[in-house]
Amino acid sequence: MSTDLVTGEELRSDDIAPPADRGLVPPSFVAAALLIARKDFIVELRTRTALLAALALSLLSIVIFNFAWDPTAVAAIDLAPGLLWVIFTFSGLLGLHRAFGVEQDDRAMDALLGAPIPRTSIYAGKALGNLGLVLLVQLVSIPAALVVYNLEIARVILPLAGIALLAGIGLVAVGTLFGAMTTSTRASELLLPVLALPFFVPVVTAAAQATARLMAGRPVDETIGWLKLLAAYDLVFVVACAFAYTVVADE
Amino acid sequence: MPNGRQRRDDVALVEAAGLTRSFGTRRAVDQVSVTISAGECLALFGPNGAGKTTLLRLLAGLLRPTSGSARVDGVALPGGAAGRAAVGLISHQTMLYPALTALENVQFAAQLHGVPNANSAARAALGRLAIADRADTPVRALSRGMQQRVTVARALVHSPRVLLLDEPFTGLDDAGASTLAETLAELAREGAALLLVTHDVREGLALATHVAVMRRGAIALHEPRIASGEPDAFVRRYRETVAT
Repeated sequence: MSTDLVTGEELRSDDIAPPADRGLVPPSFVAAALLIARKDFIVELRTRTALLAALALSLLSIVIFNFAWDPTAVAAIDLAPGLLWVIFTFSGLLGLHRAFGVEQDDRAMDALLGAPIPRTSIYAGKALGNLGLVLLVQLVSIPAALVVYNLEIARVILPLAGIALLAGIGLVAVGTLFGAMTTSTRASELLLPVLALPFFVPVVTAAAQATARLMAGRPVDETIGWLKLLAAYDLVFVVACAFAYTVVADE
Repeated sequence: MPNGRQRRDDVALVEAAGLTRSFGTRRAVDQVSVTISAGECLALFGPNGAGKTTLLRLLAGLLRPTSGSARVDGVALPGGAAGRAAVGLISHQTMLYPALTALENVQFAAQLHGVPNANSAARAALGRLAIADRADTPVRALSRGMQQRVTVARALVHSPRVLLLDEPFTGLDDAGASTLAETLAELAREGAALLLVTHDVREGLALATHVAVMRRGAIALHEPRIASGEPDAFVRRYRETVAT
């Protein structure tokens, strides 16, 4: 065993074959992200930990709030938008916490970080899985809210889906990063909401405002400003959080 | 193993020079310089907290060094994806997903490393560890020893040039330990570089071409295996080394 270091030029000579020469072609950013999201989806299907908890919280909240206010004093159409987005935020937090939790149980995270894939693809894969969970919860909860609160919003269902998607991306972008940061801490269940909720405020506010206008039958033009805010938030935080994740992963 | 790996002696696959990692004021790894060439196995011994695991995590690209440098398979660390492609890591934990089957776990690792025909490669890796008959069993339903075999299969599925092994014999029965020892020896013959951290002196010395002892983050002893003598003699020297 030599104690002298050889030079990089020597090491990159024909003596050492790069991964491609060994028949290995590591997946691209997109392929790696999809692999991770697919794996998370299968794990969630088999354990049903986050999805069931998020759905239960969401549906129970909708039912409980139905009995908690006097519909003759405040119309459901006025209360439902804010209520729905608060529910989505808190139910989403359950999934966001679990996303990196499955990697921590047996330190599978080390295998992910040790794989020859871009670190940002781990973030993207996790965010994609989280987005699927958040959208699934919304897909079940919104119709449930329409039934329980007796809301007539069939005409705005498509714009509402757009708001749900934009807001979901914003929540997931920030929540996934903070989930990664807090998952290995002792009080991660407490830290994640404390860190993430302040960042959720612009998303929830914009989504609730846009939803309220749509449900009240206001012209779609009135929601454009809020939708632009959501889109801008998504753009900024998806890029910033993906970059920030590479730093978090190294630490 | 696939990919036509060939032994090329004297090619340094692991090189660390003055590698140091601090956590706060404590130096977990302190000025470690070591080289492991193709076909060599360095058995690394040391008491708990000596810095062995931290050294492995540095070489695996999971931690950034505070100072010093390291190269793995010719790529300076932290070298991004290229540096990590050459490494197979076995840690204290299984690094598996309990809800997935043994095959799914190994196949996922193969896919992340870009192994062609990931399913076949995963089955072959499980077969090599004599656990192919449990390929479709969820990992959570396997015993600790069986899980360890899956862990080893996961680490080997991409035919790594460098194997970083932290207590790889944990939980294995005699047959499992024997299979793993044979597999590791075969990988070394094929030209892989092995860094083996273990508390089991006999298993370590059986595989090693070189031995080292870490104490308080630094390499306190480093010599060819042939100079270490019989296990009992080495144990005495080890105790003297860590006691000083």
